[in-house]
Amino acid sequence: MTCSVINQVAFSIKDLQISYGKEKVIKGIALDIQEKEVTAIIGPSGCGKSTFLKTLNRMIDTVPSSRVTGSICYRGQDIYAASTNVVALRHNVGMVFQKPNPFPKSIFDNIAFGPRLQGVRDKQKLKQIVESSLKRTALWDEVKDRLNSSAFSLSGGQQQRLCIARALAVEPDVILMDEPCSALDPIATAKIEDLIEELRKQYTIIIVTHNMQQAARVSQKTAFFLTGNVIEFGETAKIFTKPKEKKTEDYITGRFG
Amino acid sequence: MVKPEQLRNGKKLHISEMLGYGILLLFALSSVAVLVYFIGSIASRGLSSISWTFLTEVPRVGMTEGGIMPAIVGTIYVSLLTLAVSVPLGVGSAIYINEFSSQGLFNRIIRLSIRNIAGVPSIVFGLFGLGLFVAGMKLGQSLLAAAFTLGLMTYPVIVTTAEEALKAVPQSFRDGALALGATRWQAVRHQVLPAAIPGMATGAILGLGRAAGETAPILLTGAAYFLPRLPQGVTDQFMALPYHLFILATQHNQISVVRPLAYGTALVLLALVLLLNGAAIAIRLYYRKSKQW
Amino acid sequence: MEVRRSFHEELQQLIAQLLMMGDMVEQSIAKSIRALKEQNLELARQVVEEDDAIDALELEIEAKCLELIARQQPMAKDLRKIATALKIITDLERIADHACNIAEACLKIGKEPLIKPLVDIPRMAELARGMLKKALDSYANNDVQLAYEVCRADDEVDSLHNQVFRELLTYMMQDPKNIQQATSLLFISSYLERIGDYTTNLAEWLIYMVTGERKKLND
Repeated sequence: MTCSVINQVAFSIKDLQISYGKEKVIKGIALDIQEKEVTAIIGPSGCGKSTFLKTLNRMIDTVPSSRVTGSICYRGQDIYAASTNVVALRHNVGMVFQKPNPFPKSIFDNIAFGPRLQGVRDKQKLKQIVESSLKRTALWDEVKDRLNSSAFSLSGGQQQRLCIARALAVEPDVILMDEPCSALDPIATAKIEDLIEELRKQYTIIIVTHNMQQAARVSQKTAFFLTGNVIEFGETAKIFTKPKEKKTEDYITGRFG
Repeated sequence: MVKPEQLRNGKKLHISEMLGYGILLLFALSSVAVLVYFIGSIASRGLSSISWTFLTEVPRVGMTEGGIMPAIVGTIYVSLLTLAVSVPLGVGSAIYINEFSSQGLFNRIIRLSIRNIAGVPSIVFGLFGLGLFVAGMKLGQSLLAAAFTLGLMTYPVIVTTAEEALKAVPQSFRDGALALGATRWQAVRHQVLPAAIPGMATGAILGLGRAAGETAPILLTGAAYFLPRLPQGVTDQFMALPYHLFILATQHNQISVVRPLAYGTALVLLALVLLLNGAAIAIRLYYRKSKQW
Repeated sequence: MEVRRSFHEELQQLIAQLLMMGDMVEQSIAKSIRALKEQNLELARQVVEEDDAIDALELEIEAKCLELIARQQPMAKDLRKIATALKIITDLERIADHACNIAEACLKIGKEPLIKPLVDIPRMAELARGMLKKALDSYANNDVQLAYEVCRADDEVDSLHNQVFRELLTYMMQDPKNIQQATSLLFISSYLERIGDYTTNLAEWLIYMVTGERKKLND
């Protein structure tokens, strides 16, 4: 399948199917993800939403038995084409994980890791990147005096914001978030949500969440996944006040779960 | 439900349990007792031989006098050389198996081979070393040949502990690095290996302890019966504590005369091995405490 | 499997309470008109007194709605049901106020003989009550059809009001002594007309509740 650049669309997904071994987890979905918007993916456990997210930066490649068919076009490039540079793709499509996963290094080194991989050696430049990344995640004031202490000395919420800062440091275009608040307390969650709102001015964000209220709060578009299919995809405000599909309605009002 | 007033006769209820617990405790304590008795008896008989002369001089007068310095140094040399062989080999294999090879069958075959190597009797290693390194590669009876042989023998320990150390590194470190655009090697090099090094060091030191205490493999590949000087290079023969002990205990023509020296040698060897194990435990404890994930 | 059972039970209770309030309001209308027809001042006073209970119930339902929103974060259909409840209790309360106003007008007329036999005003009241009943049924059963019927009935109430207005005007012109009572009756008619309008608002909200679309129907 050929890909073409579509205006204001970051990802154009067509007929995507994903299986683990013999088990099909995504059964043919199509979605266009708008740039500079937050797209939330909701659905019950096992509906394939995390799997879907992982295909967008090809982190699914780390699962040996996975098989992906169909097409995912990222800004006109088929990311599953044989010629795709996966490392470059992951520079553009960053990821934040469910549990904060800082490296066992200093705060500074955590953020400098990505830029260093890209060959930034200049100390001054690295300092600049670290500072601006931490500022963008509203972490700078909290950690500027202890950039050399271990990332593990931070609280869970701070660690997660550090991980977001780390992703920003490589100047991505898209940020994938896999239940980024599931291990955090409500205040830390609220801070991350504020941050997401701030980041969407500059980045395209796709967030998988178990928390429907969170999806309703942070996203502009919502996709409801159920057993490997996209049941409904549209404006978040519509989905949560007046969904078209009965299944969506039943899920978000808790009439099945 | 238990009636509230019955809550108080807990002791009576569990008397059989206490009995079982006591028996198991006895078993566990017996192992400690054996070790204490063992160390105690070696120490009490060997301590009288230990002196500055004993530790720093070469054996004299048909090994009935003087010290065991060449054996101590030889053991240290051969052990370190062994590490130089087995650590790169073992850690490299472990990284490959754990981080890069994704084929289940291939990995199973490699792991099976390693387990089999671990099960080979040490004298067979000696024979193998004699055939391959001493004769085949023409290294002669030497430190190098012995180190290669011991290196092969400790390889399974190193691989297994290195793999355990790698497995203990959370997957999230790898994912985090990969998601930032690291290649697999970069992820391993910068995030996984640094986190695994303490575990690997522990394994290496345990391997070292094992190498230091072995007699059979070096018997055929490089240990000298009597060599009252330090080895001149890696191709030279050497004396080693376990082999020296073996000679003093069974091969000497005045066994009863050298018996105290044998105990002294045993004590030194034991101290060396315990010291190494102690170091391994210390490293493990230190990193377990400072481990943050 | 239904998972948010306790929430849905609370929602059912809320609906039941709202229907009860609707029932009370409907009774108020009926009683106030009966008081007028029979010139039963005792009944009229009762209507005025009962208004307090309706006001109290409105506050109670309002608090319950806000509590459910805060505690349960309702979505979709549930959200619309609660939002609708919040909106329509205000209308119901106003309808009850108008019933109360009618009763007060009765008290003002007192026992003096009526200037004309009452035909159209009870008819309007009957229509308005019917509309309210339909609207409440529509809320209970998510029935849009009934809500649309409510809106159509309002046209009839409006034209009856015009008729009553012209008729009373002629009575007033005939004899200035009629003016006081005719004014009271005119107010009553216009209260009923307002009740019809509020019920139409209610119906619009019910249509939103079921379909998610906001429509203006009483142009």
